Amino acid sequence: MSILERHRKLTAIWSSEPGFKGWFSTVNHTDLGRMFLVTAFFFFLVGGVLAMLIRAQLATPDSAFMGPEIYNQVFTMHGTIMMFLFAIPMFEGLAIYLLPKLLGTRDLAFPRLTAYGYWCYVFGGTMLLVSMFLGIAPDGGWFMYPPLTGAIYSPGINTDFWLIGITFVEISAIAAAVEITVSVLKFRAPGMSLDKMPIFAWYALVTALMILTGFPPLILGSVLLELERAFGLPFFQAELGGDSLLWQHLFWLFGHPEVYIIFLPAAGIISTVLPVMCRTTLLGYGWIVAAIVALAFLSFGLWVHHMFTTGIPHMGLAFFSAASTLVAVPTGVQIFAWIGTMWKGRPELRLPMLHILGFFVTFVIGGLTGVMVAVVPFDWQAHDTAFITAHLHYVLFGGFVFPILAGLYYWLPHFTGRKRFFRLGEVAFALIFTGFHVTFLAMHWVGLLGQRRRISTYQAEDGWTAINLISSIGGFVLAIGIAIVVIEVALHAVTANRGKRNPWKATTLEWAMMTPAPAYNFASLPHISSREPLNDDPDLAVRLARGEGYLGDSGPGGRRETLTVNASSGQPDYHVIYPGNTRLPVFMAAVTGLFFLSLLLKFYWITPLAVSGVAFLACRWVWTLGHRGDLPDQPVGHGVALPNSIAVDHGSGWWGSLFLLTANATFFGSLLFGFAFLWTVAPGWPPPALFEPSLLEMAAGLAAAAASTAAIRRAIRANRNGQTVMPSLVLAIAGALVLGAVIGSLMLRTPGPSAHAYGATLLVLGGYGLFHAALGALMAGFLAMRVRRGFTSPVRRAEFPIVRLWIDYLAVVGMLVLLAAHVPGFLT
Amino acid sequence: MAPAGPAARSIATLWWVMLIGAVLIFGLVMILLGLSFRRRGAAADEARHIRVWIISLGLAFPAAVLLLLLAYGLVIGEQLLPRNNPEAVSVQAEARRWAWTFSYDARPERTTQNVLHIPAGRPVDVAVTSEDVIHSFWVPRLAGKIDAIPGHVNILRIEADQPGTYAGRSAEFSGGGYDGFSFTVIAHDAAGWDAFLMDGTE
Repeated sequence: MSILERHRKLTAIWSSEPGFKGWFSTVNHTDLGRMFLVTAFFFFLVGGVLAMLIRAQLATPDSAFMGPEIYNQVFTMHGTIMMFLFAIPMFEGLAIYLLPKLLGTRDLAFPRLTAYGYWCYVFGGTMLLVSMFLGIAPDGGWFMYPPLTGAIYSPGINTDFWLIGITFVEISAIAAAVEITVSVLKFRAPGMSLDKMPIFAWYALVTALMILTGFPPLILGSVLLELERAFGLPFFQAELGGDSLLWQHLFWLFGHPEVYIIFLPAAGIISTVLPVMCRTTLLGYGWIVAAIVALAFLSFGLWVHHMFTTGIPHMGLAFFSAASTLVAVPTGVQIFAWIGTMWKGRPELRLPMLHILGFFVTFVIGGLTGVMVAVVPFDWQAHDTAFITAHLHYVLFGGFVFPILAGLYYWLPHFTGRKRFFRLGEVAFALIFTGFHVTFLAMHWVGLLGQRRRISTYQAEDGWTAINLISSIGGFVLAIGIAIVVIEVALHAVTANRGKRNPWKATTLEWAMMTPAPAYNFASLPHISSREPLNDDPDLAVRLARGEGYLGDSGPGGRRETLTVNASSGQPDYHVIYPGNTRLPVFMAAVTGLFFLSLLLKFYWITPLAVSGVAFLACRWVWTLGHRGDLPDQPVGHGVALPNSIAVDHGSGWWGSLFLLTANATFFGSLLFGFAFLWTVAPGWPPPALFEPSLLEMAAGLAAAAASTAAIRRAIRANRNGQTVMPSLVLAIAGALVLGAVIGSLMLRTPGPSAHAYGATLLVLGGYGLFHAALGALMAGFLAMRVRRGFTSPVRRAEFPIVRLWIDYLAVVGMLVLLAAHVPGFLT
Repeated sequence: MAPAGPAARSIATLWWVMLIGAVLIFGLVMILLGLSFRRRGAAADEARHIRVWIISLGLAFPAAVLLLLLAYGLVIGEQLLPRNNPEAVSVQAEARRWAWTFSYDARPERTTQNVLHIPAGRPVDVAVTSEDVIHSFWVPRLAGKIDAIPGHVNILRIEADQPGTYAGRSAEFSGGGYDGFSFTVIAHDAAGWDAFLMDGTE
């Protein structure tokens, strides 16, 4: 088969439907990555327009441009859009587009999940945009502190848009994080052990793990606050045993890791692009990996530095102050490793390099002011002033936007296969760089003079007029620079100025393909033996296109296929057949949206319908996978034959469940933390009445939990030995149902959920347990159906361990919920 | 940045020290960055680069600077805490949207709205709380800020060197009336403070 024939055949198998219809049914990572990036960039422009409105408002004293009602919405939406609808999705889009190409494979682990995440992002983002155009956007500041955002002081629907819309968008973040984690660990080219991964994959892996553990506290906080607003469960009301500080803990438990979730991918771009611009390799690969991991751990230990003024004891603050300053050390390691890389090589001032230099100047200043505000007494003065606003823009613009622009210009030839014709980028860089520093250096100054953040206006006698005007002018210069970038990218896309392959002479795998990237990425998969595959073999692209690598002969029945590797060693593991184009993800995202919409508009009778709809579609989703007959091991070339993904113990679904449960456990852990926090710190505890414990119910629940895990294990053994599994599965279902019933009784007997935070928290704990009991029963029932229809056999066993994970999780959660509810009653 | 009390003054000193340090470090990084564009002869080996850049400059240098800074900040923070002091005067500040009510231990029945009276030259412990949403008590020229949180009472020590009038602001976003939510602190000399406590007029 010639290169061209192979290309045509693979394109027919892998490509999306033509035209705009293809947007709705595509599951291809290249297309979805592009859609993510374009959508995120659109939200960046929307957020940027809001920023211009803010600067227009503050340019003059006593401004009558906007009243506080509008202004409060504008700054809240600016922060919200930039954080949730621009920065995180931008990372997701870049990772979705690049990772399979960098890792030498053909797609991500769960193509339909990529599409589902994208549509959740679009629908959730649209909800927030609609609220803005109707003038009922959230207006409590992007961190939404209650009681200000509670039902008493914010009775309108504005806050609900934030809580519900952002939670909807966060589904996409969690989906992308699961996807990225499993893809980096399993979906790589053979031979690519962990230490041979391109450095960007390390950054993406750590970032994804941080999303899985950083976002659940915020999701929990949003759920609790929405429950308080909608049903009067008083989690944050001091007079009813709640505490507004709980929100601050949950929010910043998310919010600080969030800063590194945004910074790390950008640092990954620098670590990838900088060595290419310097004609050398990255200095200290192992050190950088260690620094990233250290940063991830430290970032979870410093959320309290956003709460230095909330009256936490000074020695407690000292611990978090130490953690906050220590986090600068791994950042320092990276900064100096990059400068060392530049010393090692011969840096060339090309356009991506200019943005990297912009990053250095801006981010170093942001880091230094960050160390300043990490020092507690200084923060007591600077907290909530424009100094903080300036600091965080130095960190986020310097640490994210400049690297993204560097990456944009670096990968633009890859996205389009063209080269720049009009050289506008250098002018744009000069405007962006100058404009940014004028705007925000001035803002540091006015903050030190006492200007608070979030004020909508000030008086002439405050003496801030000139500085604010300078700051606003800088802001508009910056905006013109961004506009020129947009114009240049648009011109780039319409001019047919073909570029050559690998214009930067990079050594990573994404350049070992034609550009723009073909739908299948690689006609055959390479065998990797170093971190610089294109350095070892400059002709790799041609050899892969000729089908000389793995999977060179397109697989069974013309289906999309790839192979996975052992997570650490990179030895080939199993063979994967992907689902093709489908509209199921967009449908499921729409029904998920219906669920959120019913909560937002308080049409609660729709909610159960939407939940059933999602459950039904999820079952369909999984049902389409698998085979009714045993498949022989699939030869993948080079004398290797691999089992199919359903004929292994730990398939992709198991890995995905494992990481989804990681996020889920963080959510539950945060809930238990909240319970303990309220009990020990909030005013008005202990509650007037404890839950009436019942030894019978507790014992029945614990026994049911133990029985269901034992039963699912028995089912796995029976399946392996070719015996009947039905009795064991029925027992597992019965166990989950009994556990659910006991927890349901707990919820019914909870004392006064709307009278005290104690009852409210128990109700939520119970609801969480009940949901998992229903889910466990559903999954075990689904597995029983699969067994009946012949989808399993002693060989085709991959579905059993997945159900086992969820049943085990249910058992642990169920036991903890029962203990948390019953034990305090026994002790008094 | 015109400190008029011991707390604000030591924070201001801290700021100038940190600013000078930050400028020096920033200059160093920029010089190293600029020098990388020089034409050089034979390249040094990888191990030496790692020693110089990663271990010395990346690890040891920030760790040392940060430890010193942390110790300095901790000492200042400890000095600013409201410790037992027989001279100290206790007052209460309760915030609501959008007004402050101040009351005085030395004269329990006396309350003032949006004006806090304190004696100059003596430490004053302000017990801060809120009856609705979160606010923050901040007199920039006298001290740092502390949050007013419903259900919690936080204590901030302030002190004015000289009698005079100082502007105070609420520094936590509180919705529609946030822009103008401010108050005034009047520091009296000893005679004025006694007079304030004795007679009922403000």
